[in-house]
Amino acid sequence: MSATPTAKEVLVEPLINNNPITLQVLGICSALAVSISMSKTLVMCAAVIFVTGMSNWAVSLIRNYIPLSIRIIVQMVVIASLVIVVDQVLKAVAYDISKSLSVFVGLIITNCIVMGRAEAFAMSNPPWISFLDGVGTAMGYSLLLIAVALIREPLGAGTLMGYPILPVVANGGWYVPNGMLLLSPSAFFIIAGIIWAVRSWKKNQVEAPTYQIAANIQYKGAM
Amino acid sequence: MEHYLSLFIRAVFIENMALTFFLGMCTFIAISKKVSTAVGLGIAIIVVLGITTPVSNLIYNGLLREGALAWAGYPEVDLSFLGFLSYIGVVAAIVQILEMFLDKFVPFLYNALGVFLPLITVNCAILGGILMMVERDQTFMESTVFGIGAGAGWAVAIILLAAIREKLKYSDPPEGLRGLGITFVCAGLMATCFMSFGGIDI
Repeated sequence: MSATPTAKEVLVEPLINNNPITLQVLGICSALAVSISMSKTLVMCAAVIFVTGMSNWAVSLIRNYIPLSIRIIVQMVVIASLVIVVDQVLKAVAYDISKSLSVFVGLIITNCIVMGRAEAFAMSNPPWISFLDGVGTAMGYSLLLIAVALIREPLGAGTLMGYPILPVVANGGWYVPNGMLLLSPSAFFIIAGIIWAVRSWKKNQVEAPTYQIAANIQYKGAM
Repeated sequence: MEHYLSLFIRAVFIENMALTFFLGMCTFIAISKKVSTAVGLGIAIIVVLGITTPVSNLIYNGLLREGALAWAGYPEVDLSFLGFLSYIGVVAAIVQILEMFLDKFVPFLYNALGVFLPLITVNCAILGGILMMVERDQTFMESTVFGIGAGAGWAVAIILLAAIREKLKYSDPPEGLRGLGITFVCAGLMATCFMSFGGIDI
């Protein structure tokens, strides 16, 4: 990232070029667990966008007053307070969804994306651009989460946002739901597939091999 | 006794933190390239979860839950909304204390765990364990057993993954899958295997 990132850069870069999940390995826990249905995913994404944006903004506002040795705890307190707000609002407005998300709303506190952006960006940049960076990174996270949910919910249960789109056999339709996609391990495979697709498209994201396999010389040796 | 034993086994295998609930995934994927570091991190997680879960249990039952402040003359006060803030404070404080304690009295362990200790504060597995304990309304003894069990389960999972990844570097996957991608596939296969514990009812 350049020294003075522009608003457009911080908003658009994390979507694909610098996606928090596929490239930075941040915030995977919740990505796997909540992507089982679209409505849960959307609520989770909105919560993460709000918390990341606001925490980046708040941390950036007080960045010059935080003693370095206790900065982690200060950031934690800021983030935890924001998550309490989200949790209380969810409980008041959408009680069913907040119940089904169970511990994952609380776990936004330890979502590496929030912490990571506060530490890496907000501590050294002015408030407004930090806010945009938080929103942009959280949108990159949301994009991936929504992509995974778009695969898992229709193919796993034949519904989207709770509305049936593929008529399942149990209701007299033709689609046999793939139960595997409702189980959590499937999210690993889907994310692996997405990473593969993105990296085949953007070659510069491919990791350098840690070990080079020697060419097969058996044939020559036999000659 | 039997009750605690089954709670422990359940926390380690059937409800494995990493592979069933996907908690602590970031560290799980990022720091599993070598078995030796994975062992260090696993031990640190067991210790921290084993301490923070019962302490949070005391705080929840003694201060936060509805009616818990009856001894102070406020029987109708419900402070449970302060939960997140107090638990993360407990985790951060205990990790800090543990770091100082190990530095002073058990230097060899400090050198082995040193780098990972601060990281543990932001590990979802710790906070996740605490929140699950609160949700299930466990007693003090139960929460101690559950904390240690959940930590042990997480440690087993990361050590297994690290062992696979040490061999994996000799393989030759397609370019796009190299590194992160193939690790996800491995973790997915491991999670599928751990699901076979799911049918066991203790």
